[in-house]
Amino acid sequence: MKNKKDVAPFIEIKGLNKWYGDFQVLKDINLSVLRGEIIVVCGPSGSGKSTLIRCINRLEEHQKGRIRVAGSDLTDNIKNIEKIRAEVGMVFQHFNLFPHLTILDNLTLGPVWVRKISKKEAEESAMFYLEKVKIAEQAKKYPGQLSGGQQQRVAIARSLCMKPKVMLFDEPTSALDPEMVKEVLDVMIQLAEEGMTMIVVTHEMGFAKEVAQRVIFMDEGMIIEENNPMDFFENPQNERSRLFLSQII
Amino acid sequence: MKWIKKNLFSTPFNSALTVITLFILFKTIPPFIKWAFIESSWFAESEVCKSGSGACWSVITYNLRFIIFGFYPYEEHWRPFVSMIILFTLLYFTRNKKYRSKALLYFWIAGLPVMGIFMKGGIFGLVSVNSANWGGLPLTLLLAVFGLAAAYPLGIMLALGRLSKMPAIKALCIVYIELIRGVPLISLLFMSSIIFPLFLPEGVTIDKIIRAQVAIILFTAAYVAEVVRGGLQGMNKGQYEAAASLGLNYYLSMRLIILPQALKIVIPPTVSILISAFKDTSLVVIIALYDILKTSQTVLSNPKWMGFSPEVYIFIAVLYFAGCFSMSSFSRKLEEELDREK
Ligand SMILES: Nc1ncnc2c1ncn2[C@@H]1O[C@H](COP(=O)(O)OP(=O)(O)OP(=O)(O)O)[C@@H](O)[C@H]1O
Ligand SMILES: [Mg+2]
Repeated sequence: MKNKKDVAPFIEIKGLNKWYGDFQVLKDINLSVLRGEIIVVCGPSGSGKSTLIRCINRLEEHQKGRIRVAGSDLTDNIKNIEKIRAEVGMVFQHFNLFPHLTILDNLTLGPVWVRKISKKEAEESAMFYLEKVKIAEQAKKYPGQLSGGQQQRVAIARSLCMKPKVMLFDEPTSALDPEMVKEVLDVMIQLAEEGMTMIVVTHEMGFAKEVAQRVIFMDEGMIIEENNPMDFFENPQNERSRLFLSQII
Repeated sequence: MKWIKKNLFSTPFNSALTVITLFILFKTIPPFIKWAFIESSWFAESEVCKSGSGACWSVITYNLRFIIFGFYPYEEHWRPFVSMIILFTLLYFTRNKKYRSKALLYFWIAGLPVMGIFMKGGIFGLVSVNSANWGGLPLTLLLAVFGLAAAYPLGIMLALGRLSKMPAIKALCIVYIELIRGVPLISLLFMSSIIFPLFLPEGVTIDKIIRAQVAIILFTAAYVAEVVRGGLQGMNKGQYEAAASLGLNYYLSMRLIILPQALKIVIPPTVSILISAFKDTSLVVIIALYDILKTSQTVLSNPKWMGFSPEVYIFIAVLYFAGCFSMSSFSRKLEEELDREK
């Protein structure tokens, strides 16, 4: 699955520290993500998972350490932040679709205004991705008219329309009713099988076991354990991971 | 019958209220109708009018052209009339969603200077009319339409400035908004007409109407800014983040994502501000501009028509009501249209 040309990590995080006032959210995080890799991040609430992936597209600023995304340093190169964000797709827990725009307009907005491609082309590609997340018939509706699972699939399609090089997911299924979780996970699994680089914050063990190459367990702002999914779930090395797993099962 | 019982006489207290209300209506409405319509005279001379007991609407009909156009030269009245027709046509088409398009925007951009040319003259063989002679309804509409059209975008910019991360801009906007809101419009008008000219270099004069107009714009913008700020702060943080994560810059995410939603939320309070700004244009009388309220008072100071103030003020009230009511009904329509998108 890995592309031989890209030996350098696509995302490289070194010695990352972040504080909210006096409170240290992230402590000495080191993480490298290769092209095509799929990484699942899990850990108890408040452990800093969201903060970590939000630092990768600089929705949060960090105070110490280095983050490199697609060869650009996020530390001092704020001028190009929009360019980098366009390469990094993000899917939120609460979808964050634009409620005043139709589904189709939600999808074409980024490509038209950021990528500067023609409206027609953008609509064709939007329809392609809507087919992919199996929701093409809703293109003319507004987000408020869709179910949670449908909205999250639209949100994934919206990110994909930007043709991102990596996708970040922040608990994409945890705001959904149980019967809708699978339809979203299926889309994500399909995406993984097509070779997308993904960092996914989730507690869905099934998903992690099926597609992830690595599971990262965080607690109190630190990476406590980094392991392949099989070993992590069957035979966790760390006391805290073991405790956490016993709680979520 | 059932409806009456349920809604008007459901409890003893409600029954009492209903009876009292009916009594008051009975005592006031018929005499008013008798005065305003049955015994009124519409075209009689003032002497005839004074002997009658009903309303004397001829104070309006006889002086209509002066009330509407003020001291604008009599033979040229058609020019402000054409300007107003253009304005109303544009407003009419703007009301209708079907016609709201880029083309209409260009018509507005072209229409405003055309109206100005008709009013001012001096080219195309039109006699030049000094703006000191502008007055009446055209002046009121001019102050209102330009005032509101300029105050709205300015207010949005001030709101964005106040929420900006740049300390200088933020401080400047806060100071501006709080200063303006701490001062009544009347004193702003006085300042613009009396104090401001003192600071202008010798020989430079700025038209009195423009100074009043600027005062109205600056005043209204501060209030619009605070309402819009409320809308912006009420926005879900996720919307900003989603826009940013698509790679939209500040300007684009404001224009495409945040403002369309925030402005929609604050339509009702914004319209309240615009309506009161429209009514406040009547304050320009204190700096000796002849808006429609002043022209009608001028008519009343004519001995021939003295004493007919109820008729005149009712007429003015009806005009203002028509203006304000169309604004609020337009805003309701706009909200409905935008709501359908949900
Ligand atoms: N803007 C903020 N200001 C101050 N503290 C914050 C802020 N955002 C998050 N925190 C704190 O940082 C810590 C980590 O938050 P984060 O959202 O990254 O946790 P998480 O692992 O994603 O948790 P969850 O599973 O509940 O989403 C929490 O203790 C939270 O209270
Ligand atoms: Mg979180």
